[in-house]
Amino acid sequence: MMDFWFFSDLVRMFEYPFIQRTVIVGALVSLCAALLGVSLVLKRYAMIGSGLSNVGFASLAMASAFNLGKTPLRVAIPVVVLAAFLLLRISESSKIKGDSAVALISTSSLAIGSIVIASTTGMNTDVCNYLFGSLLAMSMEDVWLSISLSVVVITLFVVFYNKIFAVTFDETFAAATGSKTGIYNMIIAFLTAITIVVGMRLMGTMLISSLVVFPALTSMRLCKKFSTVTICSAVVSFVCFFIGIVLSFRHDIPAGASIVIVDVAAFIIFSAVSMVGVATGLYKKVFGKQKLGRFL
Amino acid sequence: MALLTCENAAFAYDGKLCVEGLNFEVNAGDYLCIVGENGSGKSTLIKGILNLKQPVSGRVYAGDNLHVTEIGYLPQQTAVSKDFPASVFEVVLSGRLNSRGLLPFYSKRDKEIANENISKLKIENLRNECYRELSGGQQQRALLARALCATKKLLLLDEPTSGLDPAASNELYGIIRQLNRENKITIIMVSHDIHGAIGFASHILHLRSRQLFYGTKEDYINSEAGKKFLRRAGEDDGFLVF
Ligand SMILES: Nc1ncnc2c1ncn2[C@@H]1O[C@H](COP(=O)(O)OP(=O)(O)O)[C@@H](O)[C@H]1O
Ligand SMILES: [Mg+2]
Repeated sequence: MMDFWFFSDLVRMFEYPFIQRTVIVGALVSLCAALLGVSLVLKRYAMIGSGLSNVGFASLAMASAFNLGKTPLRVAIPVVVLAAFLLLRISESSKIKGDSAVALISTSSLAIGSIVIASTTGMNTDVCNYLFGSLLAMSMEDVWLSISLSVVVITLFVVFYNKIFAVTFDETFAAATGSKTGIYNMIIAFLTAITIVVGMRLMGTMLISSLVVFPALTSMRLCKKFSTVTICSAVVSFVCFFIGIVLSFRHDIPAGASIVIVDVAAFIIFSAVSMVGVATGLYKKVFGKQKLGRFL
Repeated sequence: MALLTCENAAFAYDGKLCVEGLNFEVNAGDYLCIVGENGSGKSTLIKGILNLKQPVSGRVYAGDNLHVTEIGYLPQQTAVSKDFPASVFEVVLSGRLNSRGLLPFYSKRDKEIANENISKLKIENLRNECYRELSGGQQQRALLARALCATKKLLLLDEPTSGLDPAASNELYGIIRQLNRENKITIIMVSHDIHGAIGFASHILHLRSRQLFYGTKEDYINSEAGKKFLRRAGEDDGFLVF
């Protein structure tokens, strides 16, 4: 039977330790990205993922060019965290707004990265792996580092959830009533930076933004509360990652691209459901006040 | 001691003076209405009171029994994006954040307070609705409920009725008066809608890049600045209120 064959195939797939590693790291990163994504999309910082990943790319290129050890994440993480704080500062304190600030940092670090690569190692598989993503190259140390960082990100997100909502919804009010909004913004930037660096290995610098943006946008089609959007994003992100990674192994396509395509499909399905629901009035009935509306 | 005192304060943007010579005090139970034309520095003063902006000279300070985290605020414009998903309850509850300090989650009591304020503003039926899908008046009520969650003492309202139709404005003014009279909440309200606003006020502060008048409403109506301003506002509206 088709289903059974697919299932046993799946089981066999997970016998490989490197696939287990990929799935664990990938699932955790997808969760982190989805949780933070809601806030970033709503703060109009959707492209921060792509910007920071270019910084990560430049720092990884430097790390490999100058042979800075076997765990390039150790170089990339502090650099990207710094870049995230810088980004925040630029768009807060001056007349350069969020999206332009991201473009500035993003393109300049891409330029630096390409110059470093061209003048040292040249375009090799290592570089390609950074651009398009591959987990196969991850060392055990990187895997453990990624797992612990993801757990830290998820924990901090849960602890700061209410504050993140407040600064995302209305920063002025939060500041006016005495919340330290600067610190909470820095926490968001810090968590984002870590998520991006860890996620880059899987998705590649070109596609990492999708991990941040898609789940949030997808769940915003149907859910209308911050809490449900957040939970729905996490679920959507995890499911899409899982389907994407299985498709990637079965059809031998890059994992990052495969996950993005599944994300696109989910977005289209959610949009269609929302449109049909509104058009037919079904939405009000099913998701209306009395029933599911309490939860959605 | 006064709840709030402003001593010869002046505010500037990028070194350019915007409003100066501010001298007034607000006592518990007052209802102060700040009037003046657009660009006269009303919102700037509100930000100064909230400590979001520091005065370039003079000072603004709160009395002994008022802490920054005990001020409720209704911003002039809440730049909430069109697609922001949040229920009315989530928005109102977020007003309790300042009282949480470093604690991560809201307590049962916080949720009770949020529900009480939702009832006070008669928006129980909107509790689980999506904030962005409400009408302007309903949104202002939700934001007022949020502000009430943040304070029992002082509410700062910056043009709370801009963008509302006259009926919704009057309702909102009614609620604000009730909060002032029955719940003993001190009100500082900015408005350029002179007759709706001044009606319930106890004190008036008139700004035009500096302080033109500060005093009780009765004195204001008889003052030079007040007469001029009220006459002009009356002409604009086609009728006189006082
Ligand atoms: N962020 C800002 N940067 C520079 N100038 C500002 C800023 N906000 C307000 N101003 C200027 O300060 C003056 C007073 O503004 P504001 O306090 O908003 O007036 P009001 O609320 O009375 O309409 C205006 O001339 C305005 O141009
Ligand atoms: Mg104003």
